Amino acid sequence: MFSRPLVTRIAGVGTAAVLLVALSACSSGGSGGGSGDGSGASITFTVDNSPASLASGKALITAFEKANPKITVKLGTRPGGTDGDNLIKTRLSTGDMDDVFLYNSGSLLQALHPDSTLVDLKGQSWTGSLTKEFTTVVSTDKGLYGAPWGTSFGGAVMYNKAVYAKLGLSVPTSWSEFISNSEKIKAAGIAPVIQTFGDTWTSQLFVLGDFANVLAQQPDWATSYTANKEKYTSAPAVDSFDHQAEVYSKGLMNKDFASATNVAGLKMLAEGTGAQYPMLTSTIATIQQNYPDKVKDIGVFAIPADNASDTQLTIWEPNALYIPKSTTGNKLAAAEKLVAFANSKDGCAVQNAELTPAGPYATSDCTLPSTVPPLIGDLQKYIDDKKVAPALEFLSPIKGPNLEKITVQVGSGISSASAGAKLYDQDVKQQAQQLGIPGW
Amino acid sequence: MTATLTRAVPPTRTPKEQFKRGRRSRASFYPSWFYIPASALYVVLFAVPTFASFYFALTRWTLFDVTFIGFQNFVQFFQDPQLTQGFIHTFEYGFVTSAAKVVIGLALALLLTSPILGRGYLRAVVFFPVLVSTIGIGITFKALLDPFHGIVNGALGLVGLPQPGWLTDPNLALWSVAAVDIWKGVGIATLIFIAGIVAIPQEYVEAAKVDGAGSWKVFTSVTLPLSRPAMGTVIILSLIGGLRSFDLIWAMTGGGPGFTSDVIASVIYKQYQSGFYGLSTAGNVVLFVVVTAIMVPLSAFLNRKGKDL
Repeated sequence: MFSRPLVTRIAGVGTAAVLLVALSACSSGGSGGGSGDGSGASITFTVDNSPASLASGKALITAFEKANPKITVKLGTRPGGTDGDNLIKTRLSTGDMDDVFLYNSGSLLQALHPDSTLVDLKGQSWTGSLTKEFTTVVSTDKGLYGAPWGTSFGGAVMYNKAVYAKLGLSVPTSWSEFISNSEKIKAAGIAPVIQTFGDTWTSQLFVLGDFANVLAQQPDWATSYTANKEKYTSAPAVDSFDHQAEVYSKGLMNKDFASATNVAGLKMLAEGTGAQYPMLTSTIATIQQNYPDKVKDIGVFAIPADNASDTQLTIWEPNALYIPKSTTGNKLAAAEKLVAFANSKDGCAVQNAELTPAGPYATSDCTLPSTVPPLIGDLQKYIDDKKVAPALEFLSPIKGPNLEKITVQVGSGISSASAGAKLYDQDVKQQAQQLGIPGW
Repeated sequence: MTATLTRAVPPTRTPKEQFKRGRRSRASFYPSWFYIPASALYVVLFAVPTFASFYFALTRWTLFDVTFIGFQNFVQFFQDPQLTQGFIHTFEYGFVTSAAKVVIGLALALLLTSPILGRGYLRAVVFFPVLVSTIGIGITFKALLDPFHGIVNGALGLVGLPQPGWLTDPNLALWSVAAVDIWKGVGIATLIFIAGIVAIPQEYVEAAKVDGAGSWKVFTSVTLPLSRPAMGTVIILSLIGGLRSFDLIWAMTGGGPGFTSDVIASVIYKQYQSGFYGLSTAGNVVLFVVVTAIMVPLSAFLNRKGKDL
């Protein structure tokens, strides 16, 4: 009676791969003929299903087909987040990936085993213009695999400049200043720190965005961490968890923090009912779309460290376009043309128009438009002052998958900062062991 | 497999004759190659993946390569800090939902087998939630139970009652989901109980009444013991459902806030999401063993009781 559904369930995980092959087989055609200049080829291009990716993907294809009338490109979509990760891994491992796809750089790219699954793009004309930082996060020892799509962005505190001006506050550089600012904002009846655990990923910023500060205090932290010599339970990294717990214990958050969503949080920030939001600056695109007249009010500052001298801003590199090894011949030529086009003058125009810039470009081929959100000016200042450092995911392959759950626990007082940090160290250990990293 | 097929044999043109010739000829009524399509499907879609999962549970599997690592996955699975909590939640959830479905299902079945107005309509109403997609129900209730904008707390606020964070309070989240699960699943339990109660010969009830039994006595001495087989079915179905429950929890809380409504199935799913394919397969093997270890003796116990009557 009950063995059938059970078996089905167990088999579900086992057959996932088989089924995905069957499903994805429908969406991509056979391989092309011999190599050529790509003319006559019909290729597929897959992006994640976020509104910004879809709109920019469509615009890129329209511009590209206009410049290359003999090539047709079909847009495909995939889910975002971990579901998307699994889909891409499955399709790559079965040799059934779309001809060009948009995906993260850094540790998520490394998890795709690029040396055996992706086409090496080293030697393409556009690679010379890439920034050093970006080149590192799309490369292995053996090759360079991705072309940037969109700008880099920061993980920091987005704040409402109008609220700050009204209350006569100045940008905090140390954690104690941040707390005292927040107390004043609270006294004025405005939510000082916006938290939105309805979208659990947003809870991680106190930890992920604090990483540049960790690096300021200990420049080799990431390497030691990968080698199992540094822990989140010890200083300086534990500060991140302590800070998040302090914000909760002092009651500095919006009262619907447990159920609010990212979009709701950005609304609070734009309308000034919330003053400060630890967030990825790329979310400025949402404000641009929903509250275009409020973009001028939004600024950004680095999540402050305990000592003002350690305060640095954490930077994320843009996502990138990749070509799988299963694309060959004429299709490969067409795919390479599309990737190169994305970083040409016309491609950059598409990026400027469709992806609200949230930081500087990772290639000198693209330049920011003349009018950019003021937030970018704030960000640029940190870069000019050399007060920036890359996020941990670009320096180490290890990121515990349960961080967002743990930061929700710490951020809503379910567990203490030290308990949360300990839980995260265990989570990290599990991931390192599953990745087979030596020393764990 | 064979048993199921045999039972499914349709009545033939001469049923009486068939019946006389007995079981043996009925078993071989169809040529044996009739079994091939079904068994081929079974082997390819069920048996092979099941045995493959026993192998992959012993490997570190990234989809790109497979490394045999023995029992390390199982060691790691049992060291998972969320595991103990997940097991406790699974059992709490399974037993609470199962017990509630038995009690409420039986009460509803009694009501809906008695001569009341609009009985057919009420039966349909009780059964309706069973027909709706679980994910759809989860998303709907997530909106209804929203602490600030949800209609439930809006209604509570109107009459001046406290407005708890149904899905965001760590002490409440799992029970809110369980309540929705009961609402969704009680229709099936009611249906099975109705079938069981209707099948009780009316003579027993009449004989009891002649002997002077009141409604309560009829219920405890006739209806309840004679619907034991139905109750066994309800317990087994709802307990298995509860122990394996995942979709509703995932749609409503994602195991949160934090890990406070995580069950075994959601712990395993998160491991799969993280790309730990070998580890999550090991978790599924453990879940399979645990559910089997509970259900086989329970099922045997309940069936034995059923035969006694």
